Amino acid sequence: MEPYKIIEVKESIFADNDARAERLRGELKRQGTFLLNLMSSPGSGKTCTLRRTIEALRGELRMGVMEADIDSDVDAAAIAETGIRAIQLHTGGMCHLDADMTAQGLREFGAEDLDLVVLENVGNLVCPAEFDTGSVKNAMILSVPEGHDKPLKYPLIFEVCHALIINKIDVLPYFDFDMDKVREYALRRNPKLEIFPISAKTGEGVDAWCGWLRREVRAWKAE
Amino acid sequence: MHELGLVNYVVREVSRIAEENQVRKLHSVTLEFGEVSGIVPSYLHSYWDWYTKKFPLFEGTELICETVPAITWCDDCKKTYPTVEHGKTCPYCGGGSTWLLQGNEMNIKQIEVE
Repeated sequence: MEPYKIIEVKESIFADNDARAERLRGELKRQGTFLLNLMSSPGSGKTCTLRRTIEALRGELRMGVMEADIDSDVDAAAIAETGIRAIQLHTGGMCHLDADMTAQGLREFGAEDLDLVVLENVGNLVCPAEFDTGSVKNAMILSVPEGHDKPLKYPLIFEVCHALIINKIDVLPYFDFDMDKVREYALRRNPKLEIFPISAKTGEGVDAWCGWLRREVRAWKAE
Repeated sequence: MHELGLVNYVVREVSRIAEENQVRKLHSVTLEFGEVSGIVPSYLHSYWDWYTKKFPLFEGTELICETVPAITWCDDCKKTYPTVEHGKTCPYCGGGSTWLLQGNEMNIKQIEVE
């Protein structure tokens, strides 16, 4: 009997996705659109934070939001109420978005005339961190009730993000959430991480977060 | 959940390689996972069995998972140590300027074909 032949592959499972993500970033650069990949746990206040962000940057940047969920369109409807362009992507049961799904979504969405598109990724701290979506920058939200130990438990997402929003600081008095510890744990994982404590409910801290976003969008368009 | 996404990628990539090489039968697929890549091989095997049923090429194909040990490098004392045991803190000098050298891999190592 003929022996089995072995084909050496030796490549990352993500090689194909990483290449697709690089191509998408190139396309975004040419059309001058900044894509922000926003990740978090379910219920951390992504949609609420986005509504605050839209209010703050409205009139200054042309924005759009792509909502990714396994099912339903409640988030896209909540964003559409603000009057900006929104689309709901369904991942068909998958726990994350990859570069190909993002590129397809953007095509459907028609983002050529937009300065900033926010991709609201599926609520999950594990899988979205592994798949490069083709975004220019990654940001994540950690909310106070989730606890300050999350950078220890889900290190990868803190490593791949450029900005960390700590949301729901209005409820700090009711939780054993240690702001110094969360900073220490997160910066140990990623010394370059920029951290923004905010309350999407009261609006506290939102200016600093929007300042970062504004600077990043301008830099991307000017580079 | 997490492993399902990976199986989907592996099937896609291996199918492409099989087509390029005009493979008639796929005997096995060997994956390499780092010790700290967060992969649970038993989940991977369950999803593999379920998902590959949809693809004739993968009929009877064995999934083999190999583990790559996690090793961390300490910038302060220039030594390496096992990551799983000691985490981010160097066991020799107690420093925290440490970097993972290997152990985060998720690779398709090889495929065995006819």
